[in-house]
Amino acid sequence: GPLSERRLMEVRLGELPMWLATCDFSPQGLLGGVQKAWSSYYDKYINVKRGGAAGISMLLAGYCLLSYGWNYQHISKIH
Amino acid sequence: MNLSFFDQFTSPCLLGIPLILLSMLFPALLFPSPGNRWITNRLSTLQSWSIHLITKQLMSSMNKKGHKWALILTSLMILLLSINLLGLLPYTFTPTTQLSMNMALAFPLWLATLLTGLRNQPSASLGHLLPEGTPTLLIPALILIETTSLFIRPLALGVRLTANLTAGHLLIQLISTATSVLLPIMPTISILTALILFLLTILEVAVAMIQAYVFVLLLSLYLQENI
Repeated sequence: GPLSERRLMEVRLGELPMWLATCDFSPQGLLGGVQKAWSSYYDKYINVKRGGAAGISMLLAGYCLLSYGWNYQHISKIH
Repeated sequence: MNLSFFDQFTSPCLLGIPLILLSMLFPALLFPSPGNRWITNRLSTLQSWSIHLITKQLMSSMNKKGHKWALILTSLMILLLSINLLGLLPYTFTPTTQLSMNMALAFPLWLATLLTGLRNQPSASLGHLLPEGTPTLLIPALILIETTSLFIRPLALGVRLTANLTAGHLLIQLISTATSVLLPIMPTISILTALILFLLTILEVAVAMIQAYVFVLLLSLYLQENI
């Protein structure tokens, strides 16, 4: 379909700058993007009939990585 | 002696955004609202079961009027439980180690219970300041003591939570520093310290859950006196 309506995983690498140009970077647009990303993650890994610990564990691991990145400046000062 | 062990309790800023904001909003992601199907996913079922258990436990000893507080007490419990447990993951920030946050939770809720009591049943609320069966001579002293204990409640609530979590995190950091420093020098002592660290981590998981429970339980007790 047209470039602006395709999801990120279906955009080819060469078309990436053009796709980014069609993105909506207003607060509502960003919020909508975050909402879509969260609901696709949720529907794929957590909202399954026989889910296990993997869906939440990936989320927590991502949270740990994010906290590490947030703390990086402080951590690199000690060593 | 370097006091850098307390640096873990400062909220780190990235591009001007403090991590405490993310740490307070993240638990909301872990509790998705159940959909409108009869059988949802395992996470929702587990979550509904545990929330049902918590609410039943909290509301079992309250009269009908106290059931209006069910939502706020249960959500407070879930918030504290998730924040405390998430803080045990590596590199994460625990907002409940900040006294400001715990006082902000404790003080308004305690004041709400106090004002509810004073407004709806003033003589019964004031009557709590004097336990039954006190000898007549002790009455003035006991009223002073009970008033002091009444006003110290929000302070105790906030400081209890802060102190428990802060002390736990500090201990974990100290003992893990000792373990890593001792590893090249005295490996056997290092293994012993690692064992202590393992036991301490189990204790910290327990403390995280117990402190959340105690906070909400005490608030519900203060509510029962006044409603």
